[in-house]
Amino acid sequence: MKEGRALRAVVALALMGGVVLPILAGFAQTGRAAFGILPAIGAVEWSLAPWQQLMALPGFGTSLRLSLVTGLGSTLLALALAAGFCALMHGRISHGAMGRILVPFLAAPHAALAIGMAFLLAPSGWIARLLSPWATGWDRPADLATVNDAWGLALIAGLLIKEVPFLLLVMGSALGQLPVRQHLAAGRALGYGRGVVWIKVIMPQVYPLIRLPIFIVLAFALSVVDMAIILGPSNPPTLAVAIMRWFSAPDTALILPASAAALLHALIVAAAIGAWIGAEPVAKRIGQWWLRRGGRGHRAEPGLWAASAVVMGLMAAGALALLSLLVWSFAWRWSFPQALPQSWSLKGWMTPGSGWGRALEATLIIGIAATVASLLLAIAWLEGEDRARRGRATWAQALIYLPLLVPQIGFLYGLNVLFLQIGISGGLLAVIWAQMLFVFPYVMIALSDPWRALDPHHLRAAAALGAGPWRRLFAVKLPMLIRPLMVAAAIGFAVSVAQYLPTLFMGAGRVATLTTEAVTLASGSDRRVVGVYAVLQAGLPFLAYGAALLVPAFVYRNRRGLLGGAG
Amino acid sequence: MSLVLQDVTVGPKAGNPLFSALSLRIAPGEVATLMGPSGIGKSTLLDAIGGHLAHGFAVSGTVALNGRDVLRQPAETRRIGVLFQDAMLFPHLSVGDNLAFGLVPSVRGAARRAAVETALDQAGLAGFAARDPATLSGGQRARAALMRALLAEPEALLLDEPFSRLDAELRAEIRGFVFDHLRARKIPGLMVTHDASDAEAAGGVVVQL
Repeated sequence: MKEGRALRAVVALALMGGVVLPILAGFAQTGRAAFGILPAIGAVEWSLAPWQQLMALPGFGTSLRLSLVTGLGSTLLALALAAGFCALMHGRISHGAMGRILVPFLAAPHAALAIGMAFLLAPSGWIARLLSPWATGWDRPADLATVNDAWGLALIAGLLIKEVPFLLLVMGSALGQLPVRQHLAAGRALGYGRGVVWIKVIMPQVYPLIRLPIFIVLAFALSVVDMAIILGPSNPPTLAVAIMRWFSAPDTALILPASAAALLHALIVAAAIGAWIGAEPVAKRIGQWWLRRGGRGHRAEPGLWAASAVVMGLMAAGALALLSLLVWSFAWRWSFPQALPQSWSLKGWMTPGSGWGRALEATLIIGIAATVASLLLAIAWLEGEDRARRGRATWAQALIYLPLLVPQIGFLYGLNVLFLQIGISGGLLAVIWAQMLFVFPYVMIALSDPWRALDPHHLRAAAALGAGPWRRLFAVKLPMLIRPLMVAAAIGFAVSVAQYLPTLFMGAGRVATLTTEAVTLASGSDRRVVGVYAVLQAGLPFLAYGAALLVPAFVYRNRRGLLGGAG
Repeated sequence: MSLVLQDVTVGPKAGNPLFSALSLRIAPGEVATLMGPSGIGKSTLLDAIGGHLAHGFAVSGTVALNGRDVLRQPAETRRIGVLFQDAMLFPHLSVGDNLAFGLVPSVRGAARRAAVETALDQAGLAGFAARDPATLSGGQRARAALMRALLAEPEALLLDEPFSRLDAELRAEIRGFVFDHLRARKIPGLMVTHDASDAEAAGGVVVQL
């Protein structure tokens, strides 16, 4: 009991010191700069000038609008599409098959997927090549903005490919907690169409369970940088990208208005989540009014089919995008209207010295370190809860999710300024630590449920046989949880590989990972080179997931009770 | 109104039927009882009649409700209500909204609210419209579930061990409540149960699977 409390206190302190304080300190630094204080560039007087400068910056208004449209639009669309797809497909596809379909989209880093989408959608991309010249009449790439379009449509499409699978995943696990089959039968026995039962009965029960993930999606879509650089409008870009450009502009005077914008951006994310929460009771009233009318809605099915068709289309595009990375990385000569390269080459892959070798090494070191450290911290936390025989306090839960809800750009730059002052900026350790802010929450989310689902009888049996708490942990719990542990590690590693801003800002531009290099190279570089980086970037998470499935299958090849089930 | 089963059997798509073909005619207001050991396929048969068969199962034979072949129709157009072991009230809706959910859409406007109030009244649940279903007792839930099913104006009702979670005293009361309503509305019922007293109270044909 006492020991549990000590363990919990240590973890809580580590998180306070490692997560909350830095975020607050980063925001404080950004906030000071937003009001004119940044001694490093000689700004020492409180003033509102940064805000006035910000309003006067070219494209500021457009950037703001673009962020809102792409962020809110993609989130609403993703939710509607995922709900429609779920309504139609649940019970028609087995849970396992669904999981296998989703894994590639969940594992692929945003940047790699975005690069693939650009390869697919660009005027000289795969789709145009497949249609040219017989359908389009083009013998050279048309002058069309199919990527980086001014409305942000390509960006929304890219975001949807990542967000819809994520929402499908969380909906799937929420549905596992509900008596879906019986409610469906009860609703249909009352004369309701299958799809309408989903919308009127199942979804209102699912929604409270997936509310937090929706907020994470919303915050992410409003703040995304890497995908917005590659697919989003370029001039002016979305607000998050604009802020990043202002921060890294040669003219250091721009740092002050950039800080103001970063603060504003954090407020916008908070306001968007607030507005969403404010819209919920309205949606509820409308829903109740609609429910009480008792319409059986047999005509709603086409809408569900349309939503599902769009989801399938998005998934097909995503799969093609990932495939196009691979094709480009092995291509040699590939002139425009050809659907496939005229000649192939291993040249891109034979020259790790050109840069990808070092980037791969840095990515692996950072990823493994951040994952192992996050996993240890998560195990310590969960074991602390077990020993104290206490569930998780709400504040603790909020603490875990905090880094996922707070926009990165708001505090990362300020934090880097602090780190510069202390003199620890630009090192691998700073990057590893910054990535852990985002790796730890996902590891924790992945591990919590299976950890709690462990049958306590096993532990009671072990205790009755004289095993103390440490032996129960190492000899019973962890071995039984090897599958979820490996899955959590794979997820953590995938999250680490995908990190862009934390690496860029905390590494002060000196730490080059596959992600930062891929994003930098994405615009205008040789597609064959970019292809190699993006394939490596997308490939690492896949290998991690593969290992996560293989290791327990190998260790427990003679233990039927531990295969399948948990995880 | 009558429910007629002709040579009906159910089983896995690729396997043998679970029981030998069954023929049965249930008159309006009559409640027939299906009995038999666990796993023989009683509930699966009800699923087949109601249109709720799980993926991978198939039904053969014909089921006619008032002369209409229902097996080709989707569950929602069969007009066959179901009562389950658990009341299956929707937890996100109030008791009143659960009933309104069942009420046929042709009743409009203020009449809807009135119809729900009347039904609550008949179930001894007057004033319970705004209550959370989770706060109801087992008997109250069972009565609300029956009312929800009846408001949809079903032409037949399937009862899948609907009383097995109730204690003996409550069981007799709810059973009487359900059967009285079915008789009064001339709705044929088909019940699955393990309890001989249920079958006796139903008073209809008893089929051993």
